[in-house]
Amino acid sequence: MKRSPRETGHIQGRDEAMVASEQEVLAMDAREERSVRGRGRLTAILEARLRREYLPVLVTLALFVVLFGTGSAIYPAFGSGQVIIDLFIDNGFLLVAAIGMTFVLLTGGIDLSVGAVIALSAMLSASLVEHVGLATIPIVLAVGATLGFLMGYVIHHFEIQPFIATLAGMFLARGLCFVISIDQISIKHPLFAEWPHIPIQLPGDMFVKPTVFVALAVLGLAFWTLHYTRFGRGIYAIGGNEQSALLMGLPVARTKIGAYVVSGTCSALAGMLFATYTLSGTGVHAVGMELDAIAAVVIGGTLLTGGSGYVLGTLLGVLLLGSIQTLIRFEGTLSSWWIKIVTGALLFVFIVLQRAISSKRSPDG
Amino acid sequence: MLRMTGITKDFPGVRALNGVDFRLLPGEVHALMGENGAGKSTLIKVLTGVHSADSGEVRLDGAPLTIGSPKQAQAAGISTVYQEVNLCPNLTVAENVFIGREPYRLGRIRWKETRRRAAELLARFQLDIDPAAPLASYSLAVQQLVAIVRAVDISAKVLVLDEPTSSLDRDEVERLFTVMRRLRDDGVAVLFVSHFLDQVFDISDRMTVLRNGRLVGEFETRALSRVELVGHMTGRVLRTLEELHAPREDVREAIASREPVLAARGLGRKGGIAPFDLDVHPGEVVGFAGLLGSGRTEAARLMFGADGADSGTVRVGGSASALRTPGAAIGRGVAFCPEDRKTEGLIEELTVGENIVLALQAARGWLRPLSPARRAELVGKYITALSISPADPDIPARNLSGGNQQKVLLARWLITQPRLLILDEPTRGVDVGAKAEIQKLVVSLAGDGMGVVFISAELEEVLRISHKIEVLRDRAVIAEIANEADVTPERLLEIIANGVAS
Repeated sequence: MKRSPRETGHIQGRDEAMVASEQEVLAMDAREERSVRGRGRLTAILEARLRREYLPVLVTLALFVVLFGTGSAIYPAFGSGQVIIDLFIDNGFLLVAAIGMTFVLLTGGIDLSVGAVIALSAMLSASLVEHVGLATIPIVLAVGATLGFLMGYVIHHFEIQPFIATLAGMFLARGLCFVISIDQISIKHPLFAEWPHIPIQLPGDMFVKPTVFVALAVLGLAFWTLHYTRFGRGIYAIGGNEQSALLMGLPVARTKIGAYVVSGTCSALAGMLFATYTLSGTGVHAVGMELDAIAAVVIGGTLLTGGSGYVLGTLLGVLLLGSIQTLIRFEGTLSSWWIKIVTGALLFVFIVLQRAISSKRSPDG
Repeated sequence: MLRMTGITKDFPGVRALNGVDFRLLPGEVHALMGENGAGKSTLIKVLTGVHSADSGEVRLDGAPLTIGSPKQAQAAGISTVYQEVNLCPNLTVAENVFIGREPYRLGRIRWKETRRRAAELLARFQLDIDPAAPLASYSLAVQQLVAIVRAVDISAKVLVLDEPTSSLDRDEVERLFTVMRRLRDDGVAVLFVSHFLDQVFDISDRMTVLRNGRLVGEFETRALSRVELVGHMTGRVLRTLEELHAPREDVREAIASREPVLAARGLGRKGGIAPFDLDVHPGEVVGFAGLLGSGRTEAARLMFGADGADSGTVRVGGSASALRTPGAAIGRGVAFCPEDRKTEGLIEELTVGENIVLALQAARGWLRPLSPARRAELVGKYITALSISPADPDIPARNLSGGNQQKVLLARWLITQPRLLILDEPTRGVDVGAKAEIQKLVVSLAGDGMGVVFISAELEEVLRISHKIEVLRDRAVIAEIANEADVTPERLLEIIANGVAS
């Protein structure tokens, strides 16, 4: 195969960049080794004091700190507060979607419809907002909640695998996008195009956007729901042992369906945030975003088998994925597929870690 | 207090309950007795709302009661603790006690209050359990006690305990009984199901006996002897058990002179069992006696190749063979019935027939399927031979009682016509009648020339059928004794406790 001169030059350039990044990786290794040793002692102390379930979350936190520290050491511009805020601005919709996904994964289920519901919501927002204005928000949320309810109902009452039921939901939502319009609809209404983009100044020459507050509010609400309400504890109980939850007299049907309603609603909200971000609606938006959300939740320490995990871990998972993305963008010479490679590697590590932890935790072990 | 009349319940292919009457008085411990498959579990599930009865009436305190779900049963005052602990291991002890009814204020759960109240409750039962610790960090016994605390705190009219003691050791059972007696004295009606006759006679005031889904009768425990009870449960006199005598000496010698079907020399595995020697001859039953965790299962797994050995050799049928995998062992005619029939053996979704032919089909390979006619013939033969009931090869294995499930597993291995059969606790959780049948079967298999390794925690059982006994303690074989007339359970216990005397 012959390469055009331009292409070869490009590849050479990348090779050099790879050599450079290899050195960085070595440096990072050394640093990481030090921090691992330090962490070894730290985790020993933590394990004595804290429950072992916190470990995956702590590992994610440590990884995030290491990654961010490394980034800041290499690129001085990276280590600014604004970069962290940008992580929230750029990943707000993913965070909201991942929070909804956390509810579902905690019950031991899965929701594959998230990406499609995001696309549908963005599409709905784009077509509705010119006609109904503010009323777009409740309508879109209601559509998301209804889809979630339907899937949850089917999953619970017909005992269908969540995988299949939400796969159906995914096709349904994706198809509905094209019923609304085959073409891309662009958004000009201030509700999406202006208001969410008003910069709010913070001290130290930083700014946030209103969308960040929406994401943080959802996070707070989710935390409160999961840890301080019966519904939330019911979600954990079902994930721990659904049969037991039923025999303990918990409202299993309501709780399980509720988890999918939460996920559907979060997806709808994420879709609207996505619309403010892309300022358009099209049927091919957010393809595969449910998988990003699942990755973030799992990296955030939630067990795929359910019953164990924290929504704050999900936040860390989203931030970790976001900072990998940012770091690779800062690097400039690395292609964007490195994001996928690193994400894949991380997922592997976390799944193995969870396996190790949960097998240690089982009483008969 | 509670009265059930004319309860009938059908499952596909099985009439589980047939017009059963049952009553519970306040302030008593009432034992529900019966063989596996007699309908005990079904009756309890009807009482607790898991199943609904096809006909019949339940009255609580004189008022008729419809129980449609566990929640309704709880609301009416009937709480249940099942054999498998039905709590959530991922939550804390306090949460497990209070989940679904946590103290609420200002729209949020008051965690401190939850833990404080849990601590109070646990203290009332004199249980030293940290309410803030995850449930999974405690043993099964403690989890069981937590389940009881929860059940009693929710509603303390009727407490149903479905085989709560099957996985507890002696001290833990005593602890449980203390709690039960306390509840009884508080006026709670406690319904207790157990296979351990000693425990039933120890704790219960009255008992109801079921057989084949029908009521046999209601008895005062004091006025009933063990033999009478077993008679009521099985519907026959204990003849089967008496037919089995310890094998005679000349038979033992004849057997020992044959070429061993399996000979282990210095076989061992670090952390599992210390190196041991063992010969199993055709037609010989070798009993493994020892406490739980003494290395019995570990030794069996080495002989089957389920674990790799660190040291020693195994000769099967006279030729040296490295049993590295169960497949290799099966190929050489070794079969192994594991201890935990639910997780390691039976596939509950498949039918009885499918479960039975599984190992044979695996041994033949998937490319040589059994013909349907041959399959039906084989399955039918073993269902009859082992008197599996109901004798229907097409019902799912899950619908069978524990003893019959065990027989299905046995059939699965017998059908492969092994030369050596290793049985790990085949009679655990099985009622007296099925126990006797399994023992009889083992003896007759040995009579046909099969070598059998029989592992059991019940010394009487080991003594009754074994030709020789390997005594295990602390993960080592400490003695091999021929089963002579003067070997008694007491002597075996002494060896287990003190090593070989003299």
